[in-house]
Amino acid sequence: MLAKRIIPCLDIKDGMTVKGVKFVELKTVGDPVELAAAYAQQGADELVFLDITATHEGRKTFVDLVHRIARHINIPFTVGGGISELSDAEALLNAGADKISINSAAVRNPQLINDLSRHFGSQFVVVAIDAKQEEGAGDWTVTVNGGRIFTEKKLFSWAKEAEDRGAGEILFTSMDHDGVKQGFANEALARLSEELNIPIIASGGAGNMEHFRDAFVQGKADAALAASVFHYNEISVPLLKEYLSEQGIPVR
Amino acid sequence: MAQPEIVIIKYNAGNIRSVNNALIQLGYRAEITADPEKISRADKVIFPGVGEASTTMAFLKEKGMDTLIQGLTQPVLGVCLGMQLMGSHSEEGSVDCLGIFDAPIRKFVLPRPNPDNLKIPHMGWNQISDLKSDLFDQSMEGAYVYFVHSYYAALGPHTAAGTNYFLSFSAALQKDNFFATQFHPEKSGPVGLRILKRFIEL
Repeated sequence: MLAKRIIPCLDIKDGMTVKGVKFVELKTVGDPVELAAAYAQQGADELVFLDITATHEGRKTFVDLVHRIARHINIPFTVGGGISELSDAEALLNAGADKISINSAAVRNPQLINDLSRHFGSQFVVVAIDAKQEEGAGDWTVTVNGGRIFTEKKLFSWAKEAEDRGAGEILFTSMDHDGVKQGFANEALARLSEELNIPIIASGGAGNMEHFRDAFVQGKADAALAASVFHYNEISVPLLKEYLSEQGIPVR
Repeated sequence: MAQPEIVIIKYNAGNIRSVNNALIQLGYRAEITADPEKISRADKVIFPGVGEASTTMAFLKEKGMDTLIQGLTQPVLGVCLGMQLMGSHSEEGSVDCLGIFDAPIRKFVLPRPNPDNLKIPHMGWNQISDLKSDLFDQSMEGAYVYFVHSYYAALGPHTAAGTNYFLSFSAALQKDNFFATQFHPEKSGPVGLRILKRFIEL
């Protein structure tokens, strides 16, 4: 049976993990490769690395880092942040990334999804969508720049468009739930999962193990992503897997 | 023991480096090459691939690599698209493949209705079972490995491992010196590395 995936997400700046990570006794504080290897060993199903570096120098450092990650871990990993054209994606593919995630660049230029999937295959293209729920209404507005800028796009129609343009997966982050640790946006997730035929990754809101169960059962998500609960060792991947398995959810 | 000569066939397919990265982790050195001489005389040949079947078959034919691969006598390991291209015929672009395995390659069609919200591609970790090949040891029965694909090889005489995603299909194939996996051993954690190691040590 296909397992539900658990995906730790690492924010990277200038080639290092951003937050002080209490996760394990690491030899080098902030070394993404060592942290990634530790997560892989713990049973993480995939990893996501988001480059939040703004400078050109930092971008080069990130590509070098992707190269090192690919040499040291052998589970799939996605990289995102700052990808706005084919050549950015190609550099990351050549460095060994299994998938890339695009967010605001796809909102600005939807054709990028078509171009990337045609060149590298749909399985390579994750479209990340940050959205906020509208007051009183059921619909969600797509945002960019970390939820600060509202766009004309709506979550469900944009996700469907991304699928039609060749996205291989949708990574949906609810900006209302992100960082609050009160659970994922399960209603919206379930609607995405029902309306689309590509996998949906839930993001934003993980605070305890029940939240992951709810994202899979109520939210019908194919995978769930979280950062701080893993980095601060509030939830360990092996214990989470054990819990989900007891709840009848297929995990590796 | 001397290092075995391992080649990874280089062609117009994506992400063939990850197989090489996994081999490096295992302490082996492989050469990524399209040179027919080197491919013919290697101890082990790996035929990886991510891409589209009909355009890739056209490329292989144009380069004469189709007959080269069919004629290999050392252990050959096809991975993902590599496996599908070793089948008989693929529905992806409706193309005749290398015909090494008696296995048609079909497109997943989601059940209607679809109450479990199954998705295409079949992406993620799934279990392998009914293992019948030296690629595997019995402790791997039921192990999870990583798949990403929208087409599948039907069960048949050369099925060496099965898996299930609303229907049962081949997770691995074997015929004589030809081995193949639909899943990505290079992305399948410790189990995947053990499968690669067993292939190299055949």
